[in-house]
Amino acid sequence: MRVVLAEDLALLRDGLIRLLEANDCEVVEAVDNGPSLLRALTTHRPDIAVVDVRLPPTFTDEGLRAAIEARAQVKGLPVLVLSQYVEQLYARELLADRSGGVGYLLKDRVFNVAQFIDAVRQVAAGGTAMDPEVVAQLLTRRSGDKPLASLTPREREVLEAMAEGRSNAAIATRMFVTEKAVSKHTNSIFSKLDLPPSEDDNRRVLAVLAYLNG
Amino acid sequence: MKHQFGDRRRLLQLSIAAIGFASASLALFIFMVTGTALIVVWVGVPVVVETVVKVRWLAELHRRRVGELLGEPIESPYLRRTEGNLLDQVRGLLRDPATWRDTVWLIANGTLGLALACVAVCEAVLDLLFWWLPPGLAMRAYARLSRALLAPSEKSRLALRVEQLTESRAETVDTQAAELRRIERDLHDGAQARLVALGMNLALAEDELARNPGAAKALLSEAREASSNALAELRDLVRGIHPPVLADRGLVGAVQALSLVGPVPVEVHSDLIGRLPAPVESAAYFAVAEGLANAIKHSGAHHMSITLSLENDLLSMVVRDDGTGGADPSRGTGLRGIARRLSAFDGALEVSSPPGGPTELAMVLPCASSLPKTLPSYGTA
Repeated sequence: MRVVLAEDLALLRDGLIRLLEANDCEVVEAVDNGPSLLRALTTHRPDIAVVDVRLPPTFTDEGLRAAIEARAQVKGLPVLVLSQYVEQLYARELLADRSGGVGYLLKDRVFNVAQFIDAVRQVAAGGTAMDPEVVAQLLTRRSGDKPLASLTPREREVLEAMAEGRSNAAIATRMFVTEKAVSKHTNSIFSKLDLPPSEDDNRRVLAVLAYLNG
Repeated sequence: MKHQFGDRRRLLQLSIAAIGFASASLALFIFMVTGTALIVVWVGVPVVVETVVKVRWLAELHRRRVGELLGEPIESPYLRRTEGNLLDQVRGLLRDPATWRDTVWLIANGTLGLALACVAVCEAVLDLLFWWLPPGLAMRAYARLSRALLAPSEKSRLALRVEQLTESRAETVDTQAAELRRIERDLHDGAQARLVALGMNLALAEDELARNPGAAKALLSEAREASSNALAELRDLVRGIHPPVLADRGLVGAVQALSLVGPVPVEVHSDLIGRLPAPVESAAYFAVAEGLANAIKHSGAHHMSITLSLENDLLSMVVRDDGTGGADPSRGTGLRGIARRLSAFDGALEVSSPPGGPTELAMVLPCASSLPKTLPSYGTA
């Protein structure tokens, strides 16, 4: 897998390069600011971009803006955004173009290498990987009369795991059920959320989007 | 016609009352002079203090009446009274410029005022007889004289302002010191302690590595957990100091982000364009956040709205909820905190919360040109 990495702190940049290369990824370019990131993404067109939200020159949400801009130019370019904190506002902005291939994780998720690499693969394959903290923030919200309210607790649990970017197999292991049971749940979710039959990956993205907007 | 008659009868009453006021002024002035003369034998001190207090009471009463008569209220000019022994009190009263002006008013009201009031009574009687002529010229002149002497002078205004500023500065300094202590404690007991534990675990794992790889592995995963927890604590702490989304997106973005995570649906309306000065953004954000948290905690609201607007360098923020109402700023620490936060910037909080709701917090905050540029803009930070 070809990766473009954007991280301004040298210590973390080196660590991430080491971690990615140890897991069959080739870091084609590592940059440390927003403008270079946009250039690198549009020239290399990597399989995935791993991007820190806060980058020079403004040290605000430069990385996020560059990633969204790059996705506007290269449709569906997979982007995994890393940050010291998560905001639902940013999660929505990343998912707004509804084309999937988006991840948004706290930097500490890197500590669990296996799960992190799993998320990288999910996003590169066009899926989504939202941080459990984004998902947890949503749980505090009351779901009104939206279609989401019609989901059973079990289906909600599956949808949460989908938002975090888990595959059906991973969800099955986590919930101690068979993969077939999980796919029954996902189909039920798709029909309750009124998502027409299409490629499974895309429907997963739309379901997660509905969830985040609920 | 009848109405006009009522007005004129009232004018007569006012004029008669004015004679009473003027006589009282004269009497108080005599007390004051006597008291001052008696200061040498000490008895004068309490007499003066007591007289000044009575003068203030009379002057306040007069301000209200004259204000009503002239159709615009007259502000009170007094500084806060000094506590302590009699001598301190006298010193405090003498330092207040309003005391001296009150004395001038006493003299003027007791002499010229008394004369005008007598004329006003005669005129009011005549006014009643000759109702077609314009009424109350003498009374009006009397009111003008009173206003000239009773309204706060520029000196009093400045002294009052200094008093306000001293108070709000002291509060700000106290709040900041308490805030720093809280941050220090949080760091000390939280992230710092966890990093110490992390270092110890790593050292132990290093020792165990050759002898007992299984134990080393357990220690390492404990260390990883400790670092995750330390990060989570630091994140919460940073949010409380200056939320990153506020730095990224400014007030509107940060308030939107806030509205997305609450348990109650919140609508955000805003006509702000561009960024406000950083200190204003921060004060405004925390005021709105506190207002929102307060409503969620106490009102049982099902729906809330936040409106931000900027007009003539005055930022106004309105937080509305459809909850149970009955919020009282003098009781809730949350609302008091908001008022304190805003007062540091000369802002203000107004609460409208009838029992049964809805509740509306209207907050204003002066910004932009009135503030010196104290922080570099984020673009260059």
